[in-house]
Amino acid sequence: MVSAAPHLIGGSTTATAITAPQPRTGAQRLSRLPAEDLDTLLMIRHFELAVLDLFSQGLVHGTTHTCLGQEYIPVALYALLDEGDYVFSNHRGHGHYLARFRDPHGLLAEIMGREGAVCHGVGGSQHIYRDRYLSTGVQGESLPVAAGVALHLRRAEPGRIAVVHIGDGTWGEGAVYEALNMAQLWGLPLLVVVENNRIAQSTPTERQMAGTIQARAAAFGIRHHHVTSHDVAAVRRELSGVIDDIRTQHQPLVVEFVTNRVGPHSKGDDSRPAEAIRHAAANDWYRRYEKQHPEQFAAADRSQRLAIAEAVREVQARPASRWEHA
Amino acid sequence: MTRPERVIGNLNRALHTLLDDDPRAYVIGEDIADPYGGAFKAARGLSDRHPERVISSPISEGGIVGVAAGLALTGNHPVAEMMFSDFAALAFDQLLNFASKSVSMYGRPVPMSMVVRCPTGGNRGYGPTHSQSLQKHFIGIPSLSLYEMSPFHDNADVLTAMLSREQPSMLFEDKTLYTRTMHQSGVVDDLFRYELLDDPSRTARVFPVDCADPDWIILAPGGLTERAVAAMRTLLLEEEITCELLVPSRLYPFTVEPLLATVSRARRICVAEDSAADGTWGEMLAQQLHEHLWRRLDRPVLLLSAQPSVIPTAAHLEHTVLLQTTALRRALSEASQ
Repeated sequence: MVSAAPHLIGGSTTATAITAPQPRTGAQRLSRLPAEDLDTLLMIRHFELAVLDLFSQGLVHGTTHTCLGQEYIPVALYALLDEGDYVFSNHRGHGHYLARFRDPHGLLAEIMGREGAVCHGVGGSQHIYRDRYLSTGVQGESLPVAAGVALHLRRAEPGRIAVVHIGDGTWGEGAVYEALNMAQLWGLPLLVVVENNRIAQSTPTERQMAGTIQARAAAFGIRHHHVTSHDVAAVRRELSGVIDDIRTQHQPLVVEFVTNRVGPHSKGDDSRPAEAIRHAAANDWYRRYEKQHPEQFAAADRSQRLAIAEAVREVQARPASRWEHA
Repeated sequence: MTRPERVIGNLNRALHTLLDDDPRAYVIGEDIADPYGGAFKAARGLSDRHPERVISSPISEGGIVGVAAGLALTGNHPVAEMMFSDFAALAFDQLLNFASKSVSMYGRPVPMSMVVRCPTGGNRGYGPTHSQSLQKHFIGIPSLSLYEMSPFHDNADVLTAMLSREQPSMLFEDKTLYTRTMHQSGVVDDLFRYELLDDPSRTARVFPVDCADPDWIILAPGGLTERAVAAMRTLLLEEEITCELLVPSRLYPFTVEPLLATVSRARRICVAEDSAADGTWGEMLAQQLHEHLWRRLDRPVLLLSAQPSVIPTAAHLEHTVLLQTTALRRALSEASQ
């Protein structure tokens, strides 16, 4: 932290004096993944790039938030979930949906308002409900809801959990603390997944969060687990025990991923200093995996790029979605 | 004849019945555990009988309604209590942006059966932040239904009706009603009788014994019943002005069409409410009534609301801000000239 920063309350985020945190994971080797996992990672990556491309061509109405750089989180995590677990996603949820359902057509149709859209085009990018997966667009709002679902699961389907994805910025919302308090008081099987990409829209975490997420969890007596690895296999090994614990012991858990937002918050609105953007790009799992496993990567990457391009062509050609409602 | 039941007792019995009969029912709220049983004792005895499904929560209105929404999403039937309806403001996001929206924003109907109970209204000296009638702030939200407690509507029936809508509903409960008695067997008092109509809002119609078409029809939510009936009594006895009172159980959605045959029997209509004036339920009704009855009425709908003011604590000041029997009677009398 530079000395000037504490005086800049809510100030410009483009000050060049702000330095990005030093990567702790940059040199880490990424495990060679089974084809299915690599394919899902790349499906998400090419989906997000395609969405940004469609926006830049003016072919998509509204807004979107891509998860570039954060794809490995749901891919790693969801192998530890079963379909009876609830997942609550947020505004940056394409990767969560695709990791759970591997359905780029349904999601793209939803974003583009085409036939076959998961929610008939009503919800769009950030309001999706399918089976036990639900996303909604207001920060922090889904935590108390997920606590209510966990309360139900504990009684009706013991062993199942509610998972809720939030970001570092979400910790500004009071709903987070109300839910954490209730979850710990009532012993709810609630997994809070924090994707700490160190930037809340345009505001660096150090300008919007006093203290740490770990200390905030500790204040409620809630276990906190820090994940710095971007390696899918390592993340699974690290989390499988703690997630089993919350299934059997009925208690909440906060898992904080230190991650990178490689892309903009929404579309073309990245005001971070060039150094921070370079840092995020340098730590991107995509580039690192490409470098470390070039042959496996090249084939899979080409195949997913083509598959998404084909999905884009196919979905674009569909008729408009229809909403039948009372 | 059975002993008259107090309104709070009727509500408490309704909650017991719900928990006894419906294994998916929950009751959640602040300080509701026994022996305390909630600030107004609506929850008395519930937690002793159903400890697993009666949840006394921290002071977290937004969280409480969010948890209720999560329970509703998983097919349960939660009833959440706001200690004072004023605090429903803290749950506004959950009601507006999650619970009610979830019914339709995912492109297909998602059942969200849940009730948020809201002890409401003034005349008890609780002051500006514990006395409001906030119904108007929740009107017009798609898939959010508003009900109001009355001494005519059995609360078990009301809860059943609310939960059967498969969307979030709020029950506004005028706090002055809790200590009053439920009316039974169609009798209000020596001068007035009542019946329940079968319109979608389950409107109670209060009418003078032996009365032809009345001079006035008054529409008011349940909390105003006692003040309205008192004004009607004086007008009848002292000025021979006859009034009927219509008290809908469901305030929103509300459509006046099914009541047109009833309301068009009078040539003067009054809508009375405890909300602070402007942007209110009464205005919505007045607009609907004008739309249908414009040419038949002797005068525009008389709209009586509370003053557009904070609600003071001191009794003499509070009295002047809220709609009282005397003001209601005077306004009706003057508009009868």
